[in-house]
Amino acid sequence: MDAMKGKNMGRKAVTYVFLTIAVFASLFPFYFMFVSATNTNAQILSVSPKLTFGTNLLTNLENLNKKLDIGRVFINSMIMTVSYTGLSILFHSMAGYALSKYEFKGKGLMFGFIMMTMMIPGQVMYVPLFTLMNRIGWANTYQAVVLPGLANAFGIFLMRQNMLSFPASLIEAARIDGYGEMGIFFRVVLPNMKPAVGALGIYMFMSMWNNFMWPLIILGTKSMYNFPVALSMLDGVVWRKDYGVIMLATSLATLPILLIFLIFQKQFVAGVMGGAVKE
Amino acid sequence: MKSIITKRNAPYFFLAPMIILFLAFMAYPIADSFRLSFFNFEGGTYTLVGLNNYAVMLKDPIFWKSLSNTVIYLIVQVPVMVILSLILGVLVEQDFLKFRACYRIGVFLPSITALVAYAMVFKLLLNTDYGIINYVLRAAGFRGVDWLNTVWGARFSIIMGITWRWTGYNTIIMIAGIKGIPTELYESADIDGASFWQKVMGITIPMVKPIMLFVSITSTIGTLQLFDESFILTQGGPDNATITIGHYLYNTGFAFFKFGYAAALSYALLIIIGVLSVIQFKMTKGGEN
Repeated sequence: MDAMKGKNMGRKAVTYVFLTIAVFASLFPFYFMFVSATNTNAQILSVSPKLTFGTNLLTNLENLNKKLDIGRVFINSMIMTVSYTGLSILFHSMAGYALSKYEFKGKGLMFGFIMMTMMIPGQVMYVPLFTLMNRIGWANTYQAVVLPGLANAFGIFLMRQNMLSFPASLIEAARIDGYGEMGIFFRVVLPNMKPAVGALGIYMFMSMWNNFMWPLIILGTKSMYNFPVALSMLDGVVWRKDYGVIMLATSLATLPILLIFLIFQKQFVAGVMGGAVKE
Repeated sequence: MKSIITKRNAPYFFLAPMIILFLAFMAYPIADSFRLSFFNFEGGTYTLVGLNNYAVMLKDPIFWKSLSNTVIYLIVQVPVMVILSLILGVLVEQDFLKFRACYRIGVFLPSITALVAYAMVFKLLLNTDYGIINYVLRAAGFRGVDWLNTVWGARFSIIMGITWRWTGYNTIIMIAGIKGIPTELYESADIDGASFWQKVMGITIPMVKPIMLFVSITSTIGTLQLFDESFILTQGGPDNATITIGHYLYNTGFAFFKFGYAAALSYALLIIIGVLSVIQFKMTKGGEN
């Protein structure tokens, strides 16, 4: 009995030590980033780096604003992310609804096609998309970043899986009550899909906020940059790199998503699990 | 009043926006990319060169390097991350654990960061002269490592970065799998007097095998498309030792504007991902039987 207890104690100790190390390793880079945002370049690049908050935050902000209009970057990121998220919720829910609650010609084929596109890397499309966007005059625009990303099977799949279990009797009852097909979707089905919509919304928000490669290709001028592209440009400056300024910029890029995560944790986790767990 | 949208045609209306988006931004680019891969783009005009781009690719040392770099990342990083996330998932889901939510949130937090942002933070942490990691190594009596400027140092840095960014994400998926295991299995094992270790090996791991496979597949596909880390953290260097296929594709297409060759590279990537997906799909089926 004592041996058993000792063994359990050992397991508990190992668990707590291991998890504490894991959490520390996960959080330290965040701490370091925020701390460095308040320190000078010299303090960061010293033989024993400073690991406590300093007083250089406002100076860093001033210097950052000299290099690029960070307010504009924030607005650009917001416009692209919010419109992408909104359109994704609308279009992916509609498509998911059609694929889960209607019988129609070509349904199986369409679903198969959508699922197949899940494994196609976006990078395959960048060359033709770049040419296309230039031809139709969309290079360096918000829509050039937002619209191609919407051709995304994950959102449709997630919404379809969640809508499969929506009771058909409620839809029938709404039909008898005289609702049109659009009315049923917008006023009966969608309001009942809040958890799934939340999960999808958070997932899409995060992926667009952090989107880098395609915006880097298609956004040509400073006034259009989103956060990741703007950050990479700050990093690209070879001479007189100011790490206080750079860490402040990365902090500012991270804070909004961190805030949203802390508010909507549940939806975040549901979004991650949505792809993995079969309903 | 009768609407033009009826029960019969409604699904087409609901699907219409996505059909248009898929045709314009998925079907067309994929087809066009295939077409372009047979052309050479120079001085603003395309000339048909047949399979030449593919022939050049097979003899292109940087292409092979980007491929072998990716394979190195895959072989080392995916198993490490799958095992690490499984361990974390099992540990976090133990009954006695207090503050479970804190651990879960703690390990998940890296996966909300922009790849560019974390890569820039890591670049500073890994700085040879002033980085914290070398500072700690020196304090412990070791020599500092020139992380980002040596072949294996840079590769290890990328592997470390990806592991930091994605392990928590996959842990959450593992937890979903572990929670889905019927508790009766553990209860009957308890009656038989099974130890913790026996339950993990005998019940948990076999039951989450499909999830482990799912994580392996998505991680493999993700690794094949790696771009941000290579671009920001190591700039593909030193001497292309860390360049990825995606990064090489970017350089070819959008730094040197060799569109035809870039299209051929992208098709190589598509084929590799397609083949791996089929193999792993077959393996899943095998695992279930």
